[in-house]
This record gives sequence, structure tokens and C-alpha cells, in this order.
Amino acid sequence: MRLTCPYCGSRDHQEFTYRGDATAVRPALNNTSIDDHNAYIFDRSNPDGVHQELWNHTSGCRTHLVVERNTVTHEVLSCKPVGPFARKLK
Amino acid sequence: MSGFRLNLRDGVGTAIGDKSIQFVFDGKPYRGREGDSLASALMANGVSIVGRSFKYHRPRGIFSAGSEEPNALVTLHRGARREPNIRATEVELYDGLTARSQNRWPSVNFDVMAINQLAGSAFSAGFYYKTFMGPGRRGHKATQFWWFCEQFIRRAAGLGRGTNLPDPDHYGRMNAYCDILVVGTGAAGLAAARRAAAGGARVIVCEERAVAGGSLTSLPDYIDGEPARDWAAGQRDELSAMDNVTLLTRTTVQSYFDDNTFLAIERVTDHQARPAAATPRQRAWNIRARSAVIATGALERPIVFAGNDRPGVMLADAARRYAVEFGTAPGRAVAVFTNNDTGWLVARDMARAGVIVTDIIDVRTDVPDEIRAISEETRAAVSTGSAIRSVKGARAVSGAVIAEYNEMTGELGETRKTIACDCIAVSGGWSPVFHLTSQQGGKPVWEAELQAFLPGEPTQNWHGAGAMVGAFGLRAALQSGDKAAGAALADAKLRKGRGHVPKVEGDAIDYAPAPVFEINSGGKSFVDLQHDVTAEDVRLAHREGFVSVEHLKRYTTLGMATDQGKTSNVTGLAIMAAASDKAIADTGTTRFRPPYTPVTLGALAGEKYGHLAAERLTPMHDWHVEQDAHMYANGPWLRPESYNLPGETVEQAYIRETRLVREGVGIVDVSTLGKIDVQGPDAAEFLNRIYTNGFAKLPVGKARYGLMLREDGFLFDDGTTWRLAENRYLMTTTTAGAGRVMEHLEYYRDFVWPNLKVALASVSDEWAGIAVAGPKSRAVLKACVKGCDVSDKGLPFMGVRDATIGGIEVKIARLSFSGELAYEVYCGSHHGQSLWDLLFKAGEKHNIVPYGLEALSTLRIEKGHVAGPELNGRTTPHDLALSGMVSSKKNFVGSVLLQRETFSKADRLQLVAVKSLDGQRVSGGSHLVSGSKDNPGRSQGHVTSPCYSPELGCYISLAMLEGGSARHGEKMFFSNPVRNKHGAVEVISHHMIDPTGGRMHG
Repeated sequence: MRLTCPYCGSRDHQEFTYRGDATAVRPALNNTSIDDHNAYIFDRSNPDGVHQELWNHTSGCRTHLVVERNTVTHEVLSCKPVGPFARKLK
Repeated sequence: MSGFRLNLRDGVGTAIGDKSIQFVFDGKPYRGREGDSLASALMANGVSIVGRSFKYHRPRGIFSAGSEEPNALVTLHRGARREPNIRATEVELYDGLTARSQNRWPSVNFDVMAINQLAGSAFSAGFYYKTFMGPGRRGHKATQFWWFCEQFIRRAAGLGRGTNLPDPDHYGRMNAYCDILVVGTGAAGLAAARRAAAGGARVIVCEERAVAGGSLTSLPDYIDGEPARDWAAGQRDELSAMDNVTLLTRTTVQSYFDDNTFLAIERVTDHQARPAAATPRQRAWNIRARSAVIATGALERPIVFAGNDRPGVMLADAARRYAVEFGTAPGRAVAVFTNNDTGWLVARDMARAGVIVTDIIDVRTDVPDEIRAISEETRAAVSTGSAIRSVKGARAVSGAVIAEYNEMTGELGETRKTIACDCIAVSGGWSPVFHLTSQQGGKPVWEAELQAFLPGEPTQNWHGAGAMVGAFGLRAALQSGDKAAGAALADAKLRKGRGHVPKVEGDAIDYAPAPVFEINSGGKSFVDLQHDVTAEDVRLAHREGFVSVEHLKRYTTLGMATDQGKTSNVTGLAIMAAASDKAIADTGTTRFRPPYTPVTLGALAGEKYGHLAAERLTPMHDWHVEQDAHMYANGPWLRPESYNLPGETVEQAYIRETRLVREGVGIVDVSTLGKIDVQGPDAAEFLNRIYTNGFAKLPVGKARYGLMLREDGFLFDDGTTWRLAENRYLMTTTTAGAGRVMEHLEYYRDFVWPNLKVALASVSDEWAGIAVAGPKSRAVLKACVKGCDVSDKGLPFMGVRDATIGGIEVKIARLSFSGELAYEVYCGSHHGQSLWDLLFKAGEKHNIVPYGLEALSTLRIEKGHVAGPELNGRTTPHDLALSGMVSSKKNFVGSVLLQRETFSKADRLQLVAVKSLDGQRVSGGSHLVSGSKDNPGRSQGHVTSPCYSPELGCYISLAMLEGGSARHGEKMFFSNPVRNKHGAVEVISHHMIDPTGGRMHG
């Protein structure tokens, strides 16, 4: 698999680290519900089709990317940088 | 089967050279010829049984001539290089090669476990499930019965055994890029490669065998006026001479990944008697291709009949290859059994090479006249509309019983005829090799006309060519190879140019077989030879309700052996389809997974193993090596384990070093600790959210020990973090955790709280770190530090100060891992050695001692400080008596799930220490039990960090014990059945020295 990092170009997946489901949102800091945190950590939908994944270009620029990828065809639809520095670089 | 060497002449033994080669099989010396495979050499020596089968221990012989071999698996070499389950058909012979047969005891010709054959019905499909997974009998669970039987079954079933010794070989890796990858060098592959190369593309061509040519090396046809094998050799030479072509032989393309990425394994020296030391044994090629031509050909499949696993039954095309290429007759009297034209041509070609073909048996009545004409040349008796009903011979084929066969109904007639033969060459048609494209998700399509699955629509940039896409026969293969290369050139955005298809003279035959897969006469007939799956097993699975092929495969284990069912999958499906009254097209197929053939783990590890593995060295590395320190690999880091004096063991050295630190002063290299610079207006808030304890109120110039959790409440990492300025912290992490902590912080910074203004930088390599520990450490610093008062008042416990030592700018933090008065001194890493020398010199009059990892560890164990073995991902702060470090005034990563009920249970494993009561060393990995050696009882915990404590004068260990915090004083035993160790211990508090902390605060 190859991912196109917006800063570094098309790179082999071995340069990246998978950081999990990009649709999982951490409960707010003041949310102390065990159920909400449990869902955030353990509940995953494992969709069949287009999915959003979070990758870190760890052996490159270390930007986090939200990768839209089809889990059936493995087609990568988009790679978007996230984080405070991603916005400024744009 | 009693094979023998034919008279070698032009066209017979084309691969065989003049040199005689000695090799050893099952301890007996044999002679072969240069160019032989192990299989052909064994065959030429008349060896018929080369192994025993997986389940029934039936004798097995050589079945094929290539990587699809299910039977002839041997163990090669001895000692550290011993390698099991190697296909004898792929092993190139060299002087001194040693091989052993497998799965037999005491010998391959007489095997005690062959008694399993008599109990055959007990081992039918689903044997394990039915016997061991059911409700159980007489109050015993079936799984308990399994535990009892497992040891016997494991001994009886299975294949060869590997070695426990480290691999002495090394392996290489190549990253390669090309416009067009051509997989396979048969007619189609060569045609594709020459067009792609002529079009100016960068081409990589991979061939599994030692010599390019595929089937061209054994076919009698002519291409462009020369024998096919000469034409292939010419093409090979031309391609090799081109700068834009890389031709790799002995290279199997194993895997086809996304984005046209391929993994190929090149066997570089496996065929050499004495490889050069610097040459890697194998090389893994990561090939990224713009486009690919897959020309992997087709594998012949057998017809299944009773006794079809007897040594002597083999694939027809393989029999031809042995005769033509290896100059070896597979038997003295060969019968050919076929359902298509291939068998007839094989009979003719073998007869031409000097093999006696006694019979041609064809299930078809309707055989074309020009094919029949061939039998006159072979002088074989012909039986059409007939089939083999059973095989004669207990240990090898001695004959066969032939009966009339009705192709439409599959019924056998009453009239029988017995023929004498010692080899049956069987052809059941051809199965295209679309493993690579199937790995890519391409769904195969059943083509009834060809009686074969074809690869289906491409999901990536590849083009099939030759038999792989059903273009059987030389003419069609050359055409399709040429065409596929044209399409691949277009993919690579190169000019297609004009194609050229060379002229072929030779046999034009129909490769499509009659739809006959099995002759069902009631006897034991094997579909999957390697896993001993019979046709009856497949039907049984169907009767028991397994309708999906995926379930069938797992229930019967059909196609799940090391050959992955290369010669059995299609036949198995056909039998399943017949049993369920469905068409083969509606039965479905399973998807192939990488790799195509078994791969050596070393080839995958490649440069990550052995002398090419990356190493990280601290700035003071050379000094440690000069002192003859015992160096120890700690992840990628090389660290001094101990500085042994002459004659000292590691244990003696670390005990001495530990004692000298506690009595005086020691110096240790801690540069490997992870270091992260955390800056920004929200740095304090960020750390407050990451750590369990507070960092916002930490004053500038102070350090604090912090704990990090994962979101699920388990401990993640620990370390001290120093506040260097209002908005700047220097975080230290464990050595092993440095990388993952950085990723953890980046994740929260980028993805969870992007609104916090924080910048992170890994500075592990920028700083050298040196710890000076022991009651005299202050005196050492006093002697060399400028610009900072190092008295207790000037630099209190946990204080951080800037200073200089011999002109080098340093940061000094008063931290203690050892429990003694101690300091960590950091400087720019390029000054590391100078700083070390200055500190060492300043310590000389206090007899400063360098200490290694073992002493460092012993000091912290005595103090009861936790490290990697306790921070193992399964412990919480409560388990490690660190509840005081968990703030209740704020929320942080893991704070919510740390509240889970289960974490407050009284019987959780809790941190304690144990001390030996009988002078024994507490064996690492031991469990804590209440009982004697013979009857230890259940495990109540385990030891984590053992050592000898000079302070306590006995062996001790940190340990995790159920409800341990309330069990101090209890007498127990450590038990390590693996190392046969058992000893008496007392549970004590993990604070083994100076529990009030007077020493480090002093």
C-alpha cells in the first residue's frame, strides 16, 4: 500500500504508523462517563467500504493524516493532514 | 517405481551435465549428475519412497517436478542450517548435499506409525472437532481429553522439524522499481519481456526455476526454426545483455500487494556447495512496478483414483520433464492415464527419450485421430473409454486394474484388465496459476470450455499472458505475451511499438480435458496428498452440512498444507460440486493468500537480523568498549551490562559495582533515555492532561517524576520531566518507550487537542546523559561544577540547574533512580565523552566506579523502583503501589477507565518483593506458588526483576502477587518448571532499602 503524504509525496506504507479509527472521537476532558470512554476505546464498527483512518507519517514528516480508504478495494481516496501545524502549512 | 538414468544424448537429459556429484539421503551416499534436482537424482538411483504422509504415514514418492510438489518433502542440512519441508523437486544438487526423509520412524521404508492406515476411518474429516470439541464423556470435558492426547497426536502427525539454533546465514533486501515486471519466463513471459524491453521500458523478469524457459525446456516444438529450448536460451541471453532488463532466476514472485507492489524471494546461494561468505543466502525484492505481465503458466492436475498416492503415480508433464530434461526414466514400464491430449504427447515424448510406455488409458472414447496416431510411435497398448480402477502394489506401484469407464455417468464397467507397470503418469487437465492476481482480490471465473478457472478482471495494473489466462499452446502463449506487453507499455506511458510473434512449428492440440476429476471405485483415493484428504472426506463434509468452500477447506484441511493445494484445489471443488449437485462455477473458490510458496523467515527479516541490523550507540560507546565492558543489546541500543575486572563474572561485577555505588560513588551512561522537548503556552496544560500527576504547578528549575496511562487505565510509561522555563519542559521517558511516547504525545497534540498550543521535538539524540550516584556524588560534582551551588540548599532534591563543567554547558538535575544521593548531568551529545572524562577525573580521588545496566537495575530493584518488567502494559498505578501519584483533582488520559471496578479488586497482582530463604538465585520467569516442587499448586503471581542484593545479602526479586500488599512476611516458593527450579522465598515490601528516603534527600 502507498499513501500520498501532502508534504512528502507518494510513499510506501512502511513509513507510516496506523493510529486507529479516525472517526472515534475522544470524550471531552470533563466527561467522566465510563461508558463513553469505553465506547471510545473499544467499540469499533469495522465498516465494509469507505472508511476514515488515522495514520502518522512517522518515518517522514510526522504529520498525522486522515486517510479515506475503501476497506474492500483498498483504494485510497484522500489523505488530509490534521493538527495545529497542518493548518498553518496549508 | 524404479527409475533409472537413460542414455543421455541430444534431446535427452538437456539439463544434465557431465560432472558426477555425491550426495547423502537418509545417511546413504548416492551419486547424481550436475544439473540434477534432488528429486531427479533420487529417481535416477531408483529410490521410490521419499517420505511418509502427514496423517496415515503412507509411503509417498515424487509426484511433480516443480514447486507444486505435495509429497517429496525432505529436511535439508544438519545443525543450525537444518531446514524442514523442502521440496526435493526444487533442490538443485551439489556436492555434499545432505537430505533426510520426514515423518517416519524408524525408517522411511518401515514406519511404525503406518498402523494409522488401519484406523483410517477414525481419522476422517473433522476428526479433531468430533473427538475433542464435543460435549465430552463420563464427566470429562472433551478438551481435557485433548490435552491428554495432544502429546501423542503431535508426535504422530506433522512433517519435518526445524532447528532451535540461531540462523548462521544472512539475508539481503532490495528495493526495486520498474516500468514492467514480467513474472515467469515460459513462452508467454519471454515474448512479453522481449517486447517490453524493445519498447525501452525498465523491465524486471523473474523466473522461479534456475533456468529461464518454462515448458519450452521440455517441449519438442520449434520456434523461429530452432528447437524451443534453444530459442528460449537465445532470448534469455539477449535479455540479459540489455541494460534496461534485470533477469532474476531462482526468484519466486511470492506476493502481489496493493499499488502494484510485489515481493519476490531470490535464492542466491541455496544451490551452491560453498557460498562466498559475503553473499546473502537469499534476497527479498520489494518490486514496485508501473505495470506487470503475469505469465505464470498452468499446473497440471491429476485425476483422483483409488491408490493414487502410491509411489510411482505422478503428473504426466512431470514424467516428461524427468525424461527429457533430466534424462531419467520415472519407471521401467510407464502407463499413462489421461482425460486430455496432453497425456498422449507425454507418452510420445517419453518414448522418444527411451522410456518404455506400456499403456495409454484415456477416459474419453472420442479421441482425435491425429492424437491416436501418436500411439503407434510409442507402441503402447491403448484403452480409450477406460479408467484406472485401482493400483496394485503395497509400497510402490506394481500394476493397475483398468475397467471400462462411462465418461457421461462416471460409472465403471464390470470388465477388468490388470496391467503391469511401475509408474503411472496421470494428466487431469491444466489449472492456470492465478495465485498472484487472486491475492489482489481478482475473482476467478470458471471456463467450462477449458475446464479451468481463469483469473478474472484485473483490479490493478496487470495483464495476464499465456496459460495463466487460458492461452494454451505455444502459438497462443507467444501471441498473448506479446499483446500483454503492449498493454503494459501503454500503462507505463511508453510507446507500444509493433508486436512480433515468432513462428511455431509443432503440435497443435486441444488442451481442454474431459470433465472427469475422479474415478470413484470405493478405494482410498487422495485429493490432497500432503494433508491426506480423500475424496470420501470431501463427500463426508458435504453430508455433514458443509456447503461453503471456505468451510469445506477448514473442515477437511484440503489445500491447507505447505503446498496450499496447488494440485488439489480444483479437483476438491469439482468433487464438492458433484456431491452437492451444483455446477463448479456455482460452488465458488477460495482466495489465495501470499506467499505463493513457503518463504524462509530469514528472508523476510532480511537486514533487520544479523550484522546488518541497525544499532544505536551512545556518545560514550567507544569508552565502554575500551574498558572491555560486557555490551548488551537493549532494543537497538548497545549498552554496557557490566565492567568486568579480569576473571570476574557478570554477577560478581555487578555486585561489586552496586556495593561501590552504595559505599562511595559510581557513574553510569544514561544517554539512552528518551528525551522530548515540550514547548508552548499550553505546554503545562498539555502535560497535565498526559500525566496522572500535576505538572502545571511545578516550579521552574524543578523536576517531577510522572506516570502516563493509556486511555484504558493501564500504565504506559514513566520518567522525570523538568521545567526549564515557564513554557518549556524537558520530558524523559524510558529507553524502550521513547518512540511510542513521542507518537502518543503527537496523537493528542494533532488529533485530540489541536487547539492546545504545544510544540514537541524528540531530542533523545541531542543530549548525552550521565548519572553520578552514591553518597560521595556531591563531592565529585563540587570538584568540577562551575556556576551552580551543588549543596543541598543550592540544589535540593529534584532541583534542576544550569552550570558548566570544564567549559561545557550542562544541566544538572538531582534525581535518584538508585535511592542514593545522585545527580543526572546532561550536555550536548557531541560533548558527551568530554563530560564523562571530566566527571570521571573529578571522581578519581573518591574511587568513582563505572557501572553498567546490571548494577543500575540492582540499585533500583533494591530501592523498589519500577521499570520495564513491571510497566508491562498489564499493571495500573494501584497495582504498583503508586496510587499516590494519581491526581484526583484533574482529568487526564486514562483517568476515567482507571475507575473501572475490576482495578480495585483485592486479588489483583500487586507489587511486592521476595527474598530467597535457601540461597538460591530466584529464576527469572518463575511463578509464585504455595506448594512443593512436585505439587506446586496454582500460580499466585510471578517474579519480574530478580537480582542479588548486596544490601540484603541474598537473592531477591520484585514480583507481582495476588493481593500482595497484604501478604508481607508470608513464606512461599518460586517455581520455574521450564528450568526445573524451585526455591523458598519470603514475601517482603518492595521498599528494601531506605524506605524513608533519607539517603537521596540527604
